Amino acid sequence: MRPFQYERADTLEGAVKAAGTGGATQFIAGGTTLSDLMKLDVMRPERLVDVNPAAGGPAGRIEATKSGLRLGAMVRMAEAAEHPAVKTDYPVIAQALQLAASQQIRNMASLGGNLLQRTRCEYFRQVSWPCNKREPGSGCAAMDGVNRLHAVLGTSDACIASYPGDFAQALVALDAVVETVREKGGARRIALSDLHRPPGDTPQVETVLEPGELITAITVPAGPWTRRSLYLKIRDRDSYAFALASAAVALDLDGEVVREARIALGGIATVPWRAREAEAALRGKTMDEAAATAAAEAALAGAQPRGDNAFKVPLAKQTIVRALMDAKRMET
Amino acid sequence: MNSKRDHGGLDRRGFLGVGAGTAATLPLLSSLAGAATPPPAPPPDPRAATNVTLRINGQDHRLAIDPRTSLLDALRDHAGLTGAKKGCDHGQCGACTVLVDGTRVLSCLTFAVMAQGREITTIEGLAGPGGALHPMQQAFIDHDAFQCGYCTPGQIMSAVACVQEGHAQSDADIREYMSGNLCRCAAYPNIVAAVRQAKSEMEGA
Repeated sequence: MRPFQYERADTLEGAVKAAGTGGATQFIAGGTTLSDLMKLDVMRPERLVDVNPAAGGPAGRIEATKSGLRLGAMVRMAEAAEHPAVKTDYPVIAQALQLAASQQIRNMASLGGNLLQRTRCEYFRQVSWPCNKREPGSGCAAMDGVNRLHAVLGTSDACIASYPGDFAQALVALDAVVETVREKGGARRIALSDLHRPPGDTPQVETVLEPGELITAITVPAGPWTRRSLYLKIRDRDSYAFALASAAVALDLDGEVVREARIALGGIATVPWRAREAEAALRGKTMDEAAATAAAEAALAGAQPRGDNAFKVPLAKQTIVRALMDAKRMET
Repeated sequence: MNSKRDHGGLDRRGFLGVGAGTAATLPLLSSLAGAATPPPAPPPDPRAATNVTLRINGQDHRLAIDPRTSLLDALRDHAGLTGAKKGCDHGQCGACTVLVDGTRVLSCLTFAVMAQGREITTIEGLAGPGGALHPMQQAFIDHDAFQCGYCTPGQIMSAVACVQEGHAQSDADIREYMSGNLCRCAAYPNIVAAVRQAKSEMEGA
């Protein structure tokens, strides 16, 4: 691992000041992705600003009110997953957190850090392979390599790495917003659906955040669909694995008729993927398996499989159908 | 036993060979945020050892370490506590699991400098004052919950936390919440049985 300077900040505002806008500084909270990638020499920060002391302040709190949910960026995944109001009123969020990683990692990882975990594949993690994300212009070993775990939606000629998280899909489905702080330009609010950038020609740039910008909180608006929501994650093993396909769904039903459907997909896309075509296909329809299947077809219409990952297209469709039917049957 | 031990470079595993005396003359990396900085000092050498005090199993350990040192390496190579094991060193196997402020974490993915001021508990700190085994340690023996034993310290630390969190309510619950600890010998059924036994003893105590 390359040497770095270590500093500690008591508040997120102080951390932003300490970090400045130099690209060689990284914030560190749980560090579960960053330290891993530093050991692999994939990430090479010259300075780490430790934001963990800020967990003792407002950034470490969860507030549930009538208008919605506010999650401090320094709340740990495990804490949010077990919060009674999150479990009852926003089950899709609690489940997405609970089904991610292991309990040790959920105890360490902050919510803000979870959203900013690197979009990564095994070729990205090993410096001996060409990778446009790690070394722009070097090529992509995954294109014609072992790409069983790679994305089929939102890909580009430069990168097909799948966004590995789960939490962001729940947030995208519920129209969440992140609040950030910058040294210059002050605070701003960014819709979760705008936070992550598809790879395009610049897969090394994964979010719209500016250098030195830090997430301080996540807000989730209340809505009639948040209680009838769930996260379904399909994996190679039952626990502690990335999604092969996952679906975050939320339904507002009038009897059996869909007033509003929210669907976001994981495991198959380069970014947390909001399936708006599928939502439109469901609106006003009777929620049955035929409608769910039509929605799933719409969601995957633009899929571009590459060899080993072709199985993800039917798998994702089945995941959507099952998630929607399970959500319909929920007691709320 | 000493209530305060100084392991700064004196330990047999101090590969860096940085003596405490040397380290003391080096600039301390500390909280810069909000600190007044009147005389502009040259930036500290990131390779320089930094002095940290880690509170491990109720004892303070003063260590002079490279800031790159993981908590796992600090425990094993600097504090001489080799109970926590290095399996994958990438957060995938759980062999390095320790408790920080009572919460189970992966020491391989934690920088030691970040653990200052926290209460760290390792497998060495689990037994009672007279050496009486913790109920979880005894349960692992009773149920033959290991073969090679390499993952066992991590399994036991994780299992203690699993029970304390209230996540050992059923066998399925135990399997789910212990999934971050891999056992290459596949002693899983016996591990589940051990956790179940220790749970009733820990809750009965």
